[in-house]
This record gives sequence, structure tokens and C-alpha cells, in this order.
Amino acid sequence: MSTTDTTASGASDFAIDPASMRHLAEARVNVELDTGDMVLNLGPQHPATHGTFRLVVRLDGERVISADPVIGYMHRGYEKITEFRTYPQVTTLINRIDWLSSFANEVPFVAAAEKLMDVEAPPRAQYIRTILTELSRIATFLLFLGEMGLQVGALTPAFYGFRDREHILNLIESATGGRFHPNFNRIGGLKDDLPWGWLAECRSTMQIVFDACDTFENLVLGNEIFAARCKGIGIIPPELGAAYGVSGSNLRASGVDWDLRRDGDPYLVYSELDFKVWTHSDGDSFARYWVRLQETRESARMVLQCLDAIPAGPIMTKVPLIIKVPKGEIWVETENPLGQMGYYVVSKGGTGPFRVKIRSASFSNVSILPWLLQGVYVPDVITILASLYFILGDIDR
Amino acid sequence: MVALEIGWGTTLAIKTLVVVMVIPLGALILGYTFLLKMMSHMQSRLGPMDPGGFHGWFQLVGDGIKFLQKEDIMPADADKKVFAMAPVVVVLSTFLVFAVIPMGPDLVVVNLDVGIFYALAVSSLSVIGILMAGWSSANKFALLGALRAAAQLIAYELPLLLAVIGVAIQAGTLNLQDIVLAQQNGGIFGWDVIGNPYILTQFVGFGLFMIAAQAELSQTPFDMPVAESELVSGYMVEYTGFRFLFFFIGEFGTAFAFAAIAATLFLGGWAIPGVTGDLANILGPLVLFAKLMAVAFLMFWVRFTYPRLREDQLQALAWKVLIPIGLVNILVTGILKVTL
Repeated sequence: MSTTDTTASGASDFAIDPASMRHLAEARVNVELDTGDMVLNLGPQHPATHGTFRLVVRLDGERVISADPVIGYMHRGYEKITEFRTYPQVTTLINRIDWLSSFANEVPFVAAAEKLMDVEAPPRAQYIRTILTELSRIATFLLFLGEMGLQVGALTPAFYGFRDREHILNLIESATGGRFHPNFNRIGGLKDDLPWGWLAECRSTMQIVFDACDTFENLVLGNEIFAARCKGIGIIPPELGAAYGVSGSNLRASGVDWDLRRDGDPYLVYSELDFKVWTHSDGDSFARYWVRLQETRESARMVLQCLDAIPAGPIMTKVPLIIKVPKGEIWVETENPLGQMGYYVVSKGGTGPFRVKIRSASFSNVSILPWLLQGVYVPDVITILASLYFILGDIDR
Repeated sequence: MVALEIGWGTTLAIKTLVVVMVIPLGALILGYTFLLKMMSHMQSRLGPMDPGGFHGWFQLVGDGIKFLQKEDIMPADADKKVFAMAPVVVVLSTFLVFAVIPMGPDLVVVNLDVGIFYALAVSSLSVIGILMAGWSSANKFALLGALRAAAQLIAYELPLLLAVIGVAIQAGTLNLQDIVLAQQNGGIFGWDVIGNPYILTQFVGFGLFMIAAQAELSQTPFDMPVAESELVSGYMVEYTGFRFLFFFIGEFGTAFAFAAIAATLFLGGWAIPGVTGDLANILGPLVLFAKLMAVAFLMFWVRFTYPRLREDQLQALAWKVLIPIGLVNILVTGILKVTL
């Protein structure tokens, strides 16, 4: 009896009034139903980033609240290293910035040195440079055209992209000796002339490029699912894109009619070629794919024009054995496959540059990512990353 | 009929053996024929050529042996029991489906009256395994993949069922064996030379079934749960060694089972015109195999060609397009069944 009493009194001591019970229960329910944000690390190892690029994404379900690109995993310090190299040695380094279109990287730097030295490569060398630059653009874009399919889930186009790029790489290899890193430019010209029969080979390869473009147009661009995945995804408004420094095909896909080959300082032989600058008014991922597809064809047409017009003659002008660049500063920019690429070279009159600032396209192109990725779904993140088409070496240098 | 009496014990043993053998074997055949060889040739490459001598036929067996030797890695934060059970659940559902598929007039493991209902019901058990895998892996990619798989299942069970209901109405039965017989003995408006494979009258249902099966198997264009380029491998991301092998067998075994169901429902199953009795018992499995390979070819052709839809687009496709079409198909089938 007494025990019952104690228990009863004890129970009354610790009794919780019903109101607070309900409050506690509600708090508990609220805790259980709380859907916190999830932080997802895309990368540094992730198939969609094709390299060591990290994207810290805060997710609400599958919707992205915010995205922070973390770059610098591949920083190799090329701008600093160039200060301890001679001018001819620098081309070896800058080959590795955008490794898919290495030849195009060499052109602006060599042009900067040539301008400072006031020498000019002979016409034949200029034509060969133009052909090889456009070939590396085709190689880069063919890979993109396949890779983009892979990123939105279609396995097969990627293999076609690699297969067709192989023909271009073979051409570059037979002319320069290097598949990826030609290191073919010399200040004042080129290392070698083209091998015998190369021009005919190149002409027939351009037909392969046209066929490949038709394949991608049918297989990828014409696919309803691809259109559904890419149309309206990752729209870059032209003003904002320009403000972020987005350049190249990404900006042209937003309707900005700006191509350094036509609008910039004349370089190589682009002023003698007849080509169209493709733009698209939508600015979404689909437009970026479309523009690159058209530019691949346009590049192939430009190569054919160069093959028709290429003159005979020397490939190297007279330059001193030990190259010394006079004192001065110069900024040279070119239209590279990924966008605007520029070198600011400061020379103090030595055998090597005093300072070099490299403006690489991908660095600016990915700077728009935090803005672009707000509010999209996780699959769209991949679509946008793929359609912006950056190369890690080009971001981090 | 064969004048051969087999005791129930022997029968049970044979049946068990068939069910246990047919799934890994089917997975191997599909994996080799389509994943390794067909895909390679579509992508202008050769695929494995060396193992086994002839076109690398031994490759997958070798892969299986390799998986068995691998270290069994379990994430530190994993829910150990659930993590270990998940692949088994996935594979189990595949085995259960195969119990009701008839391979000849007398060759069926269990002749259930609700055969097709049972097959579709147990096949969706696999999503429980996938959810278990995604949750217990303690990995965000896996969790996202598992949730996608669950959402996908809810959306795609319905079109799958609606597609099958058309067949059930036309055949007047849910028993798979009777559906095959109805196709063998039926006729289209009195013309009954080749019977009535329901692909001719239920072509809408066949289309729906194939699309929904593609989603059910999480194959491209509906492979969001695995999505290599986004979620790396979705719910499978933390699995290694023989547990991964289970998922692999589950994936291709389920494809095999669904191809068999599609062949049974729409292509006449084991039946070929003019063959009955004992000969049908002998030829039946081969005929079914040929038909299911044709169906599987379609499935994998789509898988290797198309990009992947987004999860919300998949839901929209299911609820706004496939389900209305399925309902209309049922309505039309019902009206024709009553009036003709």
C-alpha cells in the first residue's frame, strides 16, 4: 500500500502536463521531418569533371541551392616557370595548358615573341600554322561532340568522337611528330615543312570530319531526349556572360557575334579566309552544342580553303641562333577552341620572358558556374559542366 | 505424352536446378552477347577477343572469378546487415520471376493461375533491395540513386501493368501457360495460320511494356538510379567483389526475365506454328530463347543508343503519356473483346 502511495506521489512529482507533452511531441515530429540541405562533393574524382575539379554542391533533394567550384588541383605554375625558361623552351610548357588543342596554345605566345622581335613568319609557315590550329580545333570539338553525349547518358557517341578525332591526331602527328604536344612552332616560322602527300591526306580527312558532323547531328543533336535534357538548361544571358568573361563558343551560343579570328587583331591568315561566325540566340546547353557542331564544319571548310591557297616557299625566316627579345611589353590574344586565350609578355631584353600572364579561356568560363548552377537539378549540373566544356589544365594552368 | 514417370522429389530437384541455373546463365549470355559484343560492334570496336579463344566468350566467366577473389570492402559507417542483404534481395526477386515462365507445354516450374500477376509483383521486390543498398551504403550518391529508383518504380509499375492487362483481357486469363496457348490457338479475324501472337493485336501494349520494362530494369534512357556520369554508379557505388557480382547478375538476369515475359506475352512464348506435343516440349525452350533474345536485342539497342532522361521528365512521361495510352488501350481491347 505504502509502495503504491510512493509511486503515485512520485509519478505526480514528475508528471508532465499535457500541453508540454504535446509540444515535445511536435518538436520531435519536426525534428524527424526536418529536411536539411545535403552537401555533395562532385569531385575531385568524378566522371563528369574529366580531371581534378571539385564542385561543392548544396542540395535540397535533387535541387541545387548553391554550387562552389574549387579549382587549383592541377596548378602547375606555368606563369612562374616561364620566367626561368628561354623563349623557345616556353612553347614546350604552354603546350600543356589546354592539352586537347596544344598547337593553338603555342600560336599566341610565339606571335607575341615575334611581334616584340619584329620578325614575321613566311606565308607558307603562316598557312601551315592556320591549318594546324584549325585541326586542333576540330580535334577538340570532335571530342566534345562525343563527350557531351556521354555526359547526358548516351554511351555510343563518345566512342565515335574518339574514333574520328584519331584521324585528326594522326594528321597532326605526321606533320609535327607529336600527337598531343606538337611543340612545332619556332619563333620566326616552323620546325619542319609538311611531309610529302600530307595536303592530299588532309583533304580526304576533312571529308571524314564532315561525315562525323553529320553523324553527330543525327545521333545526338536530332535526338528528342538530348533536346529535352539540354534545351533551356544553363542559359547564359549575353551581358552576364560577357561580364563574367565567358568567351568563345560559349558566348557565341548566347548570341554574341564575337570571334577574335575575325574581330581581333589580325593573326595568321584568317583575314584571307572566307568563313562564317556561327551564333545561336538561345544561350542554353543545346545552343552550345549546336554552335560547336557548326564551328567544326566551318573549321574543316577553312582548312580546305587553306589547302587550296597554301603557297610554296620557305617555312622559316632569318632569326638569330640565340633568341633575345628586345625590351617591351605586349598583349596577344587569339581565338582558341575553348575561347579567348591571351598572353601578356613582359621582356627585359633577355633570352627569356621577364613576366608572363596567361589568360586562359576555361578559367573565366567556369567562373560563371556558381551563378549558372543555382536552382537546377543534379543531372543538369552535369549537362552544364559538359556543355561549358572546360579543360582542367586550362583552368589551373 | 512422354511415358516417363518421374517422382516428385526428382521433379522438384530438376525444377530448382533450372531456376537456379537459368538466371546466372541468362545473365552471362545477355552480358556477353549484348554488353560485350553487340555494344562493341555498335561503337566500332571489337570488345574482348582473347579469353576462351573464340571472340572472348570466356571473358565474363573470368570476370566472375575475378570478382570472387576481390576484397570484400564494407564502408565503416554502413549498416552492415542491410548492406550485406541488399544484393541478395535484388537477385532473389529475379529468381522468383523465373518460376512461372513456361518453356514448353509441360515445362513450367510452377503453373500458377495468377502467373503474370505474380511475376510482376515479385519483380518489383528488387526495388526494396535497391533502397536497402542505397540507404545502408552511407553514401550520398548511393542514397540519391536509391531514391531515384524508388520514384521510378512507382511511376513505371502502372504502365507495365496496364500494358499487361490488355493481353490478359484478350487471352481471358492471367496464367502464362494459358496465355501462350491462347496465342497458339487463336486467330486474327479468323486467319489462324500463325496463331495470334499478341504483338500483332496488342502492339500498343507491346510498346508500353518495352518502355516500362526499360525503366524497371533501369536501363538507358531511364538509368537515372545508376547514372554513371552523375551518380557514378548510384546505389552500387560502395559494392565490391561478389556483392557487386550479385548486382550484375541481378541486372542482366532481370533483363533476361523481362525479355522472357515479353516474349511469352507478345511473341507467343515457346509456341511455333504447327508444332505440338512432345516436339514442342523439346523445341519450346529453344524457341522461347530465340524470341527472348530478339526482345533483349531491342532493349539493349535502345540502351546503347539513347541519352538519359531526367527524373522529372521520366515522371512526366509516365503519368502524362504512357498511363493515358495504356488506359485507352485497355478500353479499346475491352470493347473489341466484347463486340467481336
